[in-house]
Formats: sequence, C-alpha cells, structure tokens
Amino acid sequence: MVRRLNRREALAAGAGAFAAGLGSATGPARALNDYAEQIAKFTGGRTPVEGRVKLELPELAENGNTVPLSVAVDAPSGEGAHVQEILVVAPANPNARVIRFRFSPLSVPEASTRIRLAATQDVIAVAKLSDGTFFSASRQIKVTIGGCGG
Amino acid sequence: MITRREFLQTAAATAAIVPGGWPRAFAQQRLRQADLMRFDSLGNVTLVHIADLHAQLVPVYFREASVNIGVGDAKGEAPHLTGAALLNRYGIAPESPEAYALSADDFTALARAYGRMGGLDRIATVLAAIRAERGDKVVFLDGGDTWQNSYTSLVTKGQDMVDCMAMLRPDAMVGHWEFTLGADRIKELTQSLGFPFLALNVRDTEWDEPVFPASTMLERGGIRLAVLGQAYPYTPIANPRWMIPNWSFGIREDEVRTEVEKARAAGAELVVLLSHNGFDVDRKLAGRVAGIDVVLTAHTHDALPAIVKIGRTLLVASGSHGKFVSRLDLDVRGGEVKDYRYKLIPIFADAIAPHPAVAAKVAAVRAPYLAHLSEVIGRAGALLYRRGNFNGTLDDVICDALLAERDAEIALSPGVRWGASLLPAQAITREDIYNATAITYPAAYRTAMSGARLKEILEDIADNLFNPDPYYRQGGDMVRVGGIAYTIDVAQPIGRRISQLRLLRTGAAIDAGRDYVVAGWGSVNEDAHGPAIWDVVASYIAARGEVAPATSGHVTVAGG
Repeated sequence: MVRRLNRREALAAGAGAFAAGLGSATGPARALNDYAEQIAKFTGGRTPVEGRVKLELPELAENGNTVPLSVAVDAPSGEGAHVQEILVVAPANPNARVIRFRFSPLSVPEASTRIRLAATQDVIAVAKLSDGTFFSASRQIKVTIGGCGG
Repeated sequence: MITRREFLQTAAATAAIVPGGWPRAFAQQRLRQADLMRFDSLGNVTLVHIADLHAQLVPVYFREASVNIGVGDAKGEAPHLTGAALLNRYGIAPESPEAYALSADDFTALARAYGRMGGLDRIATVLAAIRAERGDKVVFLDGGDTWQNSYTSLVTKGQDMVDCMAMLRPDAMVGHWEFTLGADRIKELTQSLGFPFLALNVRDTEWDEPVFPASTMLERGGIRLAVLGQAYPYTPIANPRWMIPNWSFGIREDEVRTEVEKARAAGAELVVLLSHNGFDVDRKLAGRVAGIDVVLTAHTHDALPAIVKIGRTLLVASGSHGKFVSRLDLDVRGGEVKDYRYKLIPIFADAIAPHPAVAAKVAAVRAPYLAHLSEVIGRAGALLYRRGNFNGTLDDVICDALLAERDAEIALSPGVRWGASLLPAQAITREDIYNATAITYPAAYRTAMSGARLKEILEDIADNLFNPDPYYRQGGDMVRVGGIAYTIDVAQPIGRRISQLRLLRTGAAIDAGRDYVVAGWGSVNEDAHGPAIWDVVASYIAARGEVAPATSGHVTVAGG
C-alpha cells in the first residue's frame, strides 16, 4: 500500500522548489458560504461602493491558519461622517464572517489582525459610515490548503 | 585563453558537426579574454553583479530556455524572448559566442565549439580586473542562490561556497535556496561572512521584527550609496517552511518603499535593490516604488545583454550558473544617475584565465570528494537540459527514472530553473546527477493520487507561472511530468488551463475519480519518505548505460 500525501505535500512535491502549489484550482470566486447574505445583512440590503477601503493581505499565504490582515478606510474621523464598522468576509471559508471591527467617532479607522483562510479566494471588507453609506474592497489571496502541516 | 592546439582541435571537431560555413565564423570570432572584458568605463560607481550560481564552482554547460512564455504585460517582452526573437531583439548574430551564451539554438554544436561557461575562478579574474581598473568605485553584489544545489555545497552545508565566495569579497548578498540549509545554519553562516546578508522582507513570525539587516550603506567613488536586499518572497511556500518555521517572507512592497525613503534620508545618492524577487516581480515593483535607481534581479535566471528601463529604474538580469558577470558603470551626481553603461560579460571558461588563488581554493574544497564526484555512471544519449517552462530532456530522464525505479504510473519533478546541461555522448558523472538534484530534502516519494488531485496540482502550478499579475506569478517553471500528456492554454484563468490529461501507458483519459501511483521528489513536507532522488537517478542510469528521454511526458501548449 502506498502512503497518501495530503494536499500540501502533493502540491509541494509536484511543484518542488520554485513552484509550490497554491490554493484552490477551482478559482478564487468559489463561494462555499452565505457571504453575500452576510454583507446584505450588514448593509441593510444596500450595495457597497467599491473604494475608500484599503485591504492588505499577502498575495500568497505562507500559512493559511494565520494570515496577517490590515484594513483602513480613507474617511475623516472626528467630524462629519465617520467609520462605524468594518466587516470582513471570506467567501470560501466554512463561515463567511471573519471579523467585525467597531470604531468610535474619534477612532482612526484602521485595524490589523491575523485571520484563518481555508482556500484561495477574494477576501472582502465592507465599511459602514455614520451617514449610512457603505464602501468595500476585495483582495485575492492564494492559500495552500493543508499548508499548516508544512 | 584557448591554446592554439586546443583551438585547432575544437575547430576541427566542430567542422564536422556545425552547419555549413560556421567554422570560418568561429575562426573570425575567436574568443579573447581582453575582448570579453572590454569596457569603456564611465562615471563614479561600478556595480558588479552575479546571481544564481547554484553552487557551481567549476564551469558547466547550461542551455538557456527555448520556451519562456510571458503573459499579461510581459508577453513578447524581455526576458520572455527566446531563440531568433531574442537574437533579433538584441542584434546578435546566430552562431556567435553571444548567441551560444544567451539562447538555446544550435546548442550542442555551439557548446562543442565554445566550451563550458562559468567557474568561480574565472569570475574572480574578471572581478579582479574590474577592481584593478576602477579601484574604490566598485561594489560587488551577490544576488543569491549561491550556497546550494551541488554535491559539495550539500555535504558541507554551504561552507564550500562561503569559503570560496569570501575570496571575492562581496559587499552584500541576498538569499533563497540558502534558506534550505535551515534557520540555525543560516544564522551561523551569515554571522561570520564579514559582509551583510540582507533581507528587508524577512520578519520573525512572533513579533514581526527584522531577522536580517534591510540595507547597507557604502561609500564608493566619493558618494554614499545604499544597497537594499530582498530575499525570495515565497521561500516558505516553495521550499520547506519547517526549516525556517519562525520566519515570514513576502514581497512587502510597503517595506521596500520605507527602506528607500530611509536610505535617501540617510544621504544615499544612489539606491540599489539587490533582489531575489524574480524579473517580472521586479519589473512591477520598479513601476510602483519610486526612488530605486537600480534593481539587480535574480531568481528567474534571465540573462539580458541590455538594461531594461522602467521609468527611471535600471533593471539588470545577470543569468545563472556563473555564465555571466554584470558590470554597470554609473555616473551619479546630485542624487541622480546621469548616465550609465552596461555589459553582460560572458564567462567563457576556455577564454578567461582562472584566478590562481581562487582556482586553488576551489580545488581544495572539492579535493575530498573528487573521486566520488568523478565516477562515471553512464552516458547521455541526447542533449540533456532542464531550463524552460516545460519538461526539459534532463527532467524527462529523471521522470523516467522515477517511473522505473519507484514503479509508478506518473512522475512529477520540480520545475526548478537550475541544473547544468549534458551534451550528447557526454559521460554522466555522479557530480552531474547531483548538479540536477542536490537539495536538502531529496526524498523520492511514492504515493496514491486521484486524477482530480493531479489536475488540481497542475492548475495550481500553472497559475504560479502564468498568472497575469506578476505578484502572483513568482513561481518557477511548470512541474515536469512523466507518464502523462496534457494540453495547457496559458491565457486561461486558474482551473481552466489544463485539459486533455492522458495516461501515456494506456492512452486513456485521466479519470478524476481513480487513484494513480505517483512518484516525485522535492516535497516540502517534513515527513516525506523515500530514497534520495540522486540515488534513484544514478541507479536508473547505471542499469542502462546510455540514457535519453523514454517515457517522457508530452505537453501541448496553446495560448502562448
């Protein structure tokens, strides 16, 4: 009987030194969860406008279990409309909701954390402003599934 | 210098092999050290760059890619030019020494005439001559992939390369395969170098603190210049992360920007990025980060006889395996490059005299292993080479060996860009086998894999090579395959590039639901099992005597 490689092994073995296997071959758009509903719930059904949100993720995750993420919104704080919340969703995670940041009117709308990602996907951040407008950004990240064993 | 006797022998031998009229051309273009190194010096700074030596201390044959497809913005652009297109772009005559050095056309015939290239002792000769001419204006930088992928570098854990390179006195270096020596060994070696091992993009995973210096400030030719260093950004993905478990890499464009600004603020009049990003990544980076005067590229092994200019940034591509030394003279005034002159100096081993002290050192580090390395295992039945986007003939032989020795239906061999070439009828020594396989995680595994998984792997790796965005395209060449055929449309997105997967033995389409026995090597997993790949290959070759591709994989390319 031959031993079965896990996905990470198989990819790495096949890809070898330079071209390690990356992410889901079914493409970044694959959605396994209710991320669209989660966004709709967050926005009250409004469609967020793309822009003003800066979402930072590595292009390739070294370890899908702990991926550095930072998000910032280009919006004035302290006066006028301010950022109240930022929702981050991962369409190809078992659970769409990754994190929700809340800000006071005096907060600088920036936050960093580490998140877990199951597969290659477009992570989406949606910002809610106090005037009821919503802005969003998405960013593709490639994830080696099972890469935790590496 | 080629002696008259050697020259006559070569010319005579060549006359029978090469296309008509060619020997005369050779006679007219006899190589001389002085001609190869001739350079009209300019300005106040000279950058000397080598990269991707892959621990090749002695001269080798190395056939450049005949297939090197560019996608997106890189389509049809340098360095994604091969053969006649490359020669035309740079005005290089077919069959000339430059054509031999830079392209794959007529490789066997030209290799027999012009001989091997590289050798650290020859590189030392060129470097010494430049230093003699330019004095305190010279900066010598090593672009990395220097300490691994030969037998002696493997068994000495990079010590042979460190000791030999020390004689060339680099001002800084960066790394990639170096990291496959493991974190402890890297720390040990880098602390005793006497020059900085730079990596602005390596941080510890716990506190996000720098592991290595980001830059070094040098005074040359009366100016201050900063060298920033970038390690290969995807080392923990492409190579075993368990060897460097506490280090995180990445392109880290913002950190590059910050380091450029810091260097300028500290008074640097010239900012050089010594990079192991790979050419396409550096091309994109240079267009997005202001203030870098020169990017010394590496990783993708491109050898370009001219500068590629992106905005105000000069990109240098110095080739691999010791075949070339780049010299870039710069006139730097008022914090700007006013003028420059560049030459990619080809290191023809028969024409450039070895540097005696370095030659002696190279001989000394090899001496304990020479008998083992020189053992003849078999003979090449064809030109055996690796470099190129898809299977090279040397990979075909390795895949054949995996199929036969590991009793597998399908073989996978990593798409690394290193590995010297062997000419038809050339004796294959143990050293030659190591030069194509020497890594610190060599287990030739055997496993079951479903057809669906195989397809997924090929799609993933293809995206690593053909993603339209260079920042996602940092990878190596396509995984080499044995026992199967497939069609690839490089212009498609991930998941849709690979089709017509067939098992060659039966001709049947690969069944997504069926398990196949797959053999391969270079797994990044800590507990991969199997004999070392070099022993698998040696056993296969020894049993046959002469080897040429047998059951090699067949790849049909579309959309290129």
